[in-house]
Amino acid sequence: MIKAILIFNNHGKPRLIRFYQYFTEEMQQQIIRETFHLVSKRDDNVCNFLEGGSLIGGSDYKLIYRHYATLYFVFCVDSSESELGSLGLIQVFVETLDKCFENVCELDLIFHMDKVHYILQEVVMGGMVLETNMNEIVAQVEVQNRMEKSEGGLSAAPARAVSAVKNMNLPEIPRNINIGDINIKVPSLSPF
Amino acid sequence: MSYVGEKTLTALPSLLSLDSQPGPAKLSSTSKLGNLIRGITELTSKHEEEKLIQRELESIKEQVSSPNTSMRQMKELMVRAIYCESLGYEASFVYIHAIKLAQQGTALEKRVGYLAVSLFLNESHELLLLLVNTVLKDLQSTNLIEVCMALTVVSQIFPKEMIPAILPLVEEKLNHPKEIIRRKAVLALYKFYLIAPNQVQHIHNKFRKALCDKDPGVMTASLHIYLQMIQENPEGYKDLTGSFVNILKQVVGGKLPIDFNYHSVPAPWLQIHLLRILSFLGKNDLRTSELIYEVLDESLRRAEMNRNITYAILYECVKCIYTIHPKSNLLEKAAKCIGNFVLSPDINLKYLGLKALTYVIQQDPKMALQHQMTIIECLDHPDLIIKRETLELLFRITNAQNVVVIVEKMLEFLQNSPDDYTTIDLVGKVAELAEKYAPDNEWFIETMNTVFSLGGDTMQPDIPNSFLKLLSEGFDSVEEDRKLRLFAVDSYVSLLQGETRKLPQCFLQVISWVLGEYSHLSEDHNRSTVLRLLEKLLDMKQTSSETKCWILMAMTKLCEGTAGVCVAQQVSETYISSMDTVLRQRAQELQHLSQDSELREEVLPRDSGLDPMEIDSSLSFLDEFVSGALAAGAAPYKPPHQRQEELAEAKVLSLEPYGLALPISMSSCSITDRHSPTPLSMSSGLSGDSTDVSHRAGLKLDGVQRVWGRDGYLAKKESVEEAAPVQGLTPVHSPSLQNEGDGSHSQTPTPTPTPEPDREKEQLASSLFFGVSSQSSVCLMGKPDSTFNRRRKAKVQAPGVTEQLSSSVAPVSNAVDNLLCNNLQDSNINSVSAASSKQTCELSPRVPAANGTCNTDCGLPESDRKRSNLSISRDNGLVDADSALSEDQGSRSDLCPSSYLPAELCGLYRSEIAPLCTAHSLELSACHVHQGDDMILIIFISNSSDSQVLQIRLDLKSEQLKVTCVSDSSVENIKSHTVAVYQYSLAVKRPGVDVEVDGTLSFLLPAGTPQTKHFSYKLPLTAFIRPLLISTEEYGTMWLGFSHEVKQNLTLVDDGCEPLTFTLNLLKNRLQLHLVEIIGLEGILACRLLQNQPCLMHCRVHAGALAVWLRSPVPELPDCLVYHCQRVLQEK
Repeated sequence: MIKAILIFNNHGKPRLIRFYQYFTEEMQQQIIRETFHLVSKRDDNVCNFLEGGSLIGGSDYKLIYRHYATLYFVFCVDSSESELGSLGLIQVFVETLDKCFENVCELDLIFHMDKVHYILQEVVMGGMVLETNMNEIVAQVEVQNRMEKSEGGLSAAPARAVSAVKNMNLPEIPRNINIGDINIKVPSLSPF
Repeated sequence: MSYVGEKTLTALPSLLSLDSQPGPAKLSSTSKLGNLIRGITELTSKHEEEKLIQRELESIKEQVSSPNTSMRQMKELMVRAIYCESLGYEASFVYIHAIKLAQQGTALEKRVGYLAVSLFLNESHELLLLLVNTVLKDLQSTNLIEVCMALTVVSQIFPKEMIPAILPLVEEKLNHPKEIIRRKAVLALYKFYLIAPNQVQHIHNKFRKALCDKDPGVMTASLHIYLQMIQENPEGYKDLTGSFVNILKQVVGGKLPIDFNYHSVPAPWLQIHLLRILSFLGKNDLRTSELIYEVLDESLRRAEMNRNITYAILYECVKCIYTIHPKSNLLEKAAKCIGNFVLSPDINLKYLGLKALTYVIQQDPKMALQHQMTIIECLDHPDLIIKRETLELLFRITNAQNVVVIVEKMLEFLQNSPDDYTTIDLVGKVAELAEKYAPDNEWFIETMNTVFSLGGDTMQPDIPNSFLKLLSEGFDSVEEDRKLRLFAVDSYVSLLQGETRKLPQCFLQVISWVLGEYSHLSEDHNRSTVLRLLEKLLDMKQTSSETKCWILMAMTKLCEGTAGVCVAQQVSETYISSMDTVLRQRAQELQHLSQDSELREEVLPRDSGLDPMEIDSSLSFLDEFVSGALAAGAAPYKPPHQRQEELAEAKVLSLEPYGLALPISMSSCSITDRHSPTPLSMSSGLSGDSTDVSHRAGLKLDGVQRVWGRDGYLAKKESVEEAAPVQGLTPVHSPSLQNEGDGSHSQTPTPTPTPEPDREKEQLASSLFFGVSSQSSVCLMGKPDSTFNRRRKAKVQAPGVTEQLSSSVAPVSNAVDNLLCNNLQDSNINSVSAASSKQTCELSPRVPAANGTCNTDCGLPESDRKRSNLSISRDNGLVDADSALSEDQGSRSDLCPSSYLPAELCGLYRSEIAPLCTAHSLELSACHVHQGDDMILIIFISNSSDSQVLQIRLDLKSEQLKVTCVSDSSVENIKSHTVAVYQYSLAVKRPGVDVEVDGTLSFLLPAGTPQTKHFSYKLPLTAFIRPLLISTEEYGTMWLGFSHEVKQNLTLVDDGCEPLTFTLNLLKNRLQLHLVEIIGLEGILACRLLQNQPCLMHCRVHAGALAVWLRSPVPELPDCLVYHCQRVLQEK
């Protein structure tokens, strides 16, 4: 089972926090801090697995993480999850984000925290992997977005604003998350 | 990287201001979140952030409570609140609004509401009850998205007690035409299974249906459930092996739609899941494993593409191959795979390769040899995780020969260990290895010193405990003990003379205890030197008050002579007015005992050995005081359980007379060693390790008549050495004797160890794999390596060889047993019932391995060679003798326990006598007897051997039960061919579906070898259920008073005419309930859990089912009872 999914940036600022097991508020913050502390001091050329977070349950638990540009994606899993499988799952999640947000960057995660949660809900439900097929996930999210579109109005505005931000020409700042070794052509479907 | 991040963030505010310009009014909501985010990024300190968020929360609070806020605005506010919470600021005031939003909003607002609820609340939050109705409504909605949302939130958080309310609706969703709904419903049910397994018991066949669903997605989801259930109970699902194999075959064969491919690998996660399930099913089961081999082969063959995800599948395959019943050609392939992993340049794969190697190495040490160069490279790998994994691997292959090198590597790693967790873990391992394999005293003490100073106060408390126990209990050789203790004292004195500031408290405690106890052994240091050193410690600022207590105790033991008394007076005066009561107590003791040397001698006698103290458990010396107090009008003492019962009586108005409060027998309590300093022994007792306590008693060899001469004495030691790892206990090892394992094996008559030649040591140190290589080379050939035996036998002195052959079987076979046991446990392999011939070859590699002498001296004289042969035959002889012994046991098992049932219990209802365990010639069996309101557990120990078994001790423990001994006299020794009977009274402390008693049996074999054996006895809760005879009126009043309840629908058993009466009578008879009354379609029953915990049951026939509603003052009771009702009705 997946116990927690944490996304934070290079400074340890949480961008998405999802616990599938109950921890108190302070405990959650402590876990985030400690996980960031553990993960951030690791080079990019070491392995993506960490053991022995003493906070979430001890030796049975592993942290599996990936670092994309400014963001760390960390899955905290128990022994019933495969290490490489979880690593693949992170990749699926990020690729899906990329499809839904068109070249996803940290800003998307900040401004659409709720949407990121909805996408995550289609990948992992209550700590269990629900769907790993990207097209299926995107389709599910789209169904929900269509509903949003039909309501239109205010809720569409923030999306437009951010895509305006994204389309601005900002040299020198690589805002896109660099998605490792994928060579799948991301189709340009507008989520909104 | 961080530079880029900063850039992005600093660019952010300007971007935001840009985007808020074009849409003035419309974008107000965005800019609010935007403003907040911008505000936060501009901040420099945590304090400012706090202020800003507080302001933000204030404004949110104001708006949410305003009646004019629309649902749409509420949605936006909710997102802001989520943002604040994710930064760690509590916004509890919005929780209720989140629920309201989920309740009343449109689909989109609902979605935010549900998200907020699932992020904010936890399963036991009381507000969650308000969500139940909303979920119910949404589950019935025609809008698929709403149903999805409801299912999602249910799988995320849902109050356990309310599951029955929505269970039928979720079950219904399993038949939904949309596969996504079916899939989510399956996962929601899995979640229910995890949090309340009893409640979804009845839908197991629905899980099977989900497994056979036409949509692979639903099938995949159902595997989560199966993985869990099969892990818990592989026996129950063996019949599904074929199906799982079939599914995997189809997946691997590419039969799934192309949609399921990930990087052109067909459904990798599904494959991983299936492989896990299959490995659980095939574990220790040849027949099932045979079904799996083919598909594993196929998977290995197909998964050869160069993708990360295929490696995940390969890794699972390898693990599966090594878990199920071994098959040689698959093992070969798996070994090759592991090789590829370990040698891979990809660091993730290397890590997994090491992990697999660690797993495999216990079964097949030669794997370590193949990759020894890689392993050594990994030891110097820059990645600490890889390094640690390598150490873990080395830990598994440590033996007496490579221990020094491996421990050195571990300590090296510890010096710059990154985190506490690793330190605690590794320190424990080093301590374990040191105790198990230490080559000599100096090394042992020095290693432990490093362990204590590195481990600090974070390490497991049982490390210092067992270290001290090891020092105090000693071994058989008095001289050795003295040397070890003396070395410890010398080493600590010199440590204290240096810099002490950095030493951890727990190390200081160990030091002060050892100095207090043993510094008299040292001639170099007189007491006053030691006292002064201790005094210095007391004065240090860093010393904690607990440590100070230890130091004071040590001083109490040491203060002798005028100088000592003077120091003692001074010190005690300082601490006698301390705020800490324990410290004050110790200071008092010090003061009084230092003045009265006679008293001191009596309280803290030196060299008293380990004679057990006589404890007057009835505290008879207080009788006078008690009678005086009673005469003065004091209330008689009531034990806690009696007081509780009285309280319960006041509350529940039970009509039953009370059962006898049984006096707790203290006969089994004895304090075994005065040496153990109280705080430590307390903590070791409290740590809950029952084996520890019982074992300590079991291993106390002093004062036991030594049946064996010099030879047997060594054999016994060997058995102790080998037994300890099996039982997870190490303190009994003799570090000094460890390296001479060969001595005991070949039964060298001289007990004093001869130091290993330096040359050999160097050779050992040169390679980590030395012992492993020897072990495996023998293992491969399946017969003892001749060079080994030659070397080994060269050490055996000529006399005694023949004598040993004729020496009695018992102690030696014992050693053999332990070896085997050890071996089997090590290899974790399935062939417990291996033939004795196989045991021989498994045994023989270990024998030379324990030798510690592996260099190949070839030119040995002929006579040595002969002896070598002799020794082989001896080994075989032992095994034969052992198997003969077990046959013997078989034939003698006609000591029928039932005829030994105590007379007063004979006519009563009792369970079948079930065998518990066998240990050597002892056979344990047990049954439980219903004696009125008491539940008696009877344990029979039958001794089928020809000799007496001494010092039998039986310790029972249970988390769920209160166990009280009622045997009149505890039987200490069991004569040959007799049965001893132990009686215990059981009472339920914490109800569970089944309740279990764990026990430890310790005894001495005739040879004086201590043995322990663990067993457990399980009995259903129903054994403790009795009818509660009450009237309907009483039932009515009681019903209202109980707070814990469970509702569930059960099947109604139909006999044709009166289903309700029939079903209730069935329950009444099977579970011993009292049927209070049946009125129309409703019936009420009552029962009580012994002694007096009532549970009421209300049944109603509703839509062809039996709606059951249970209430009780005990939280777990209704749930457990429902489970048993369900079972009874299902069996019918």
